[in-house]
Amino acid sequence: MQPYNNVTGKALPLERANVDTDQIIPAKYLKRIERTGFGAFLFDSWRKLDSGKLNPDFILNDPRYAEATIIITGPNFGSGSSREHAPWALEDYGFRTLIGSSFADIFKNNCFQNGMLPVQLTDEAVKHFMEQAKADPDYQISVDLERCLVTGADEYTAEFEIDAFRRDCLLRGLDEIGLTLEYADAISEYEVGHPIT
Amino acid sequence: MPKNMFEKIWDHHVVAEKPGQPAVIYIDLHLVHEVTSPQAFDGLRMSKREVRRPDLTIATVDHNVPTTNRDMPIADLISRAQVEALGHNVEEFGITYFDMNSPNQGIVHVIGPELGYTQPGKTIVCGDSHTSTHGAFGALAFGIGTSEVEHVLATQTLRQVKPKTMEIRINGKLAIGVTAKDIILAVIGKIGVGGATGHVVEYTGEAIRDLSMEGRMTVCNMSIEAGARAGMVAPDEKTIEYLRNRPKVPQGEDFEVAIGKWISFKSDPAATYDTLVQLEASELAPFVTWGTNPGMVVPVTENVPHPNSFDSQVDKEAAERALQYMDLEAGKAVQDINIDRVFIGSCTNSRIEDLRAASEVVKGRSVNEKVMAMVVPGSTAIKAQAELEGLDKIFVEAGFEWRDAGCSMCLGMNPDILGPGERCASTSNRNFEGRQGPGGRTHLMSPEMAAAAAIQGHIVDIRDWNFS
Ligand code: SF4
Repeated sequence: MQPYNNVTGKALPLERANVDTDQIIPAKYLKRIERTGFGAFLFDSWRKLDSGKLNPDFILNDPRYAEATIIITGPNFGSGSSREHAPWALEDYGFRTLIGSSFADIFKNNCFQNGMLPVQLTDEAVKHFMEQAKADPDYQISVDLERCLVTGADEYTAEFEIDAFRRDCLLRGLDEIGLTLEYADAISEYEVGHPIT
Repeated sequence: MPKNMFEKIWDHHVVAEKPGQPAVIYIDLHLVHEVTSPQAFDGLRMSKREVRRPDLTIATVDHNVPTTNRDMPIADLISRAQVEALGHNVEEFGITYFDMNSPNQGIVHVIGPELGYTQPGKTIVCGDSHTSTHGAFGALAFGIGTSEVEHVLATQTLRQVKPKTMEIRINGKLAIGVTAKDIILAVIGKIGVGGATGHVVEYTGEAIRDLSMEGRMTVCNMSIEAGARAGMVAPDEKTIEYLRNRPKVPQGEDFEVAIGKWISFKSDPAATYDTLVQLEASELAPFVTWGTNPGMVVPVTENVPHPNSFDSQVDKEAAERALQYMDLEAGKAVQDINIDRVFIGSCTNSRIEDLRAASEVVKGRSVNEKVMAMVVPGSTAIKAQAELEGLDKIFVEAGFEWRDAGCSMCLGMNPDILGPGERCASTSNRNFEGRQGPGGRTHLMSPEMAAAAAIQGHIVDIRDWNFS
């Protein structure tokens, strides 16, 4: 896994609640057996009109936000299907950092597994960054994972929480399976003591 | 200290625990399907790892498979490649596999219980969010992503932060015509699509005890639609009788021993939960979704709500967008909504009990001439059982299509999809934009309600139905 580096960049204000993973990447693109190349289909049905042309009203198509590397979202982002293709598509497109007031459980886990950071802030802080990014597409946000701190170009700051293990894995790009295999003896011992019917 | 069922199962499965780290939890059963597993098997190969417990892993194909012409190769080449990839992977790693033509094939969440793999007290995972279904047996069952699928394949464990617990108590008795589907739609309507995020839900109360195992599976299935990590129901006599003599449960005396172990996982009488939600079953009506997530739901007797009736700005805007997508006007009576398609199927409502209930509604009647309706049994075994009971004839004579088992139009990965603008009465679990096909519009409801809608051509209140 790639270590997560602190980012400073522009942010895409995606002001919608309960964005489900069917919207992040529709089912018809899940047939591929590779792990890469899903970015082309990110938010496919919102991005394209029925004619197949790009929808100029969808924020991802707004050229002023073309360089954004952070997404600011409404609450409960990533709800619905467990498809890891959703974080794969976001990462492939260029987003490794998400800011929102809440994320769906499975989606959040899937992000961590791919070296991506879902930053959970208070409603108030999310609203502040959302308004700033909407008003000024060049508004810069810095996310510092070591200090668990988000800072806007207007010096507005917000702290976030993340468990120490996940943070360490992200910062060092650690492979979770490798870490768990260090418990191989404990797992074997457990299996002896707990037969399954 | 008294413990609730989740806490007992969790404690039983902790392999290792260190402060500040997610616990290492043992997984008793891992279900695998074609869509979320290929990259996990690739990962194993790349790091030269084995499947630790192929004997605790079972695989089937459900999401992608066609529901007609199973004797022919899959026409969609990319789908075919994905199904074939699973075939190669299970062979290479020695995993039990029910392929497209196996009598045990079906939706993973239907065949697990059906074959007796799903048992009380087990930890069960699958690369699929509706793994919560298995919690109906008093198991801790939850969906995971592909990286975690690889993690379980390699280690038979997962790293998990301990979730919170929520009791959802459904008091009293349901009225006739009101089903398990209506209970869970009412719950999601009440607490919202993120209402149970970070929680494992235990459903309790008289109305839950009164449900059949099929009904409990329907309720637990849609726990994820309220954001819950898992849903569960305590095992009881019904659980035991459902499991007795299933192929993968202990047989004879061993079964009696297993019962003791299973029942021991029940919540202690004095157990507590982080949150309590209560509903009165007698106050529930059949529910129908009007919007683009399962929380956008009203009783069938009501009208499509007005965006201004929502408190927050976010909800108002979401309702506006949903009405636009659904091409509905606020204030329209739900029962005046015409439909083009009907889908009876999915891991929520495709079990034999669901098909029996729907067949009672359509018996001797005809599908409305403007409607295309289909029934997709949850498993090949259910299909065979229904045919034994003659249910297929009732459906076919009424004008329904009778298909082979799989996920089908629940998510439209195979050829079964809605056309743009088509409106569907569906027994599945998600009404997201485009879920059943790009531009398609979904109204979620119970199998009885969907069957009645097929006959009338619009949404109807099943309580007014004159059963022949
Ligand atoms: S039936 Fe639908 S919800 Fe259930 S596993 Fe299949 S696609 Fe998922």
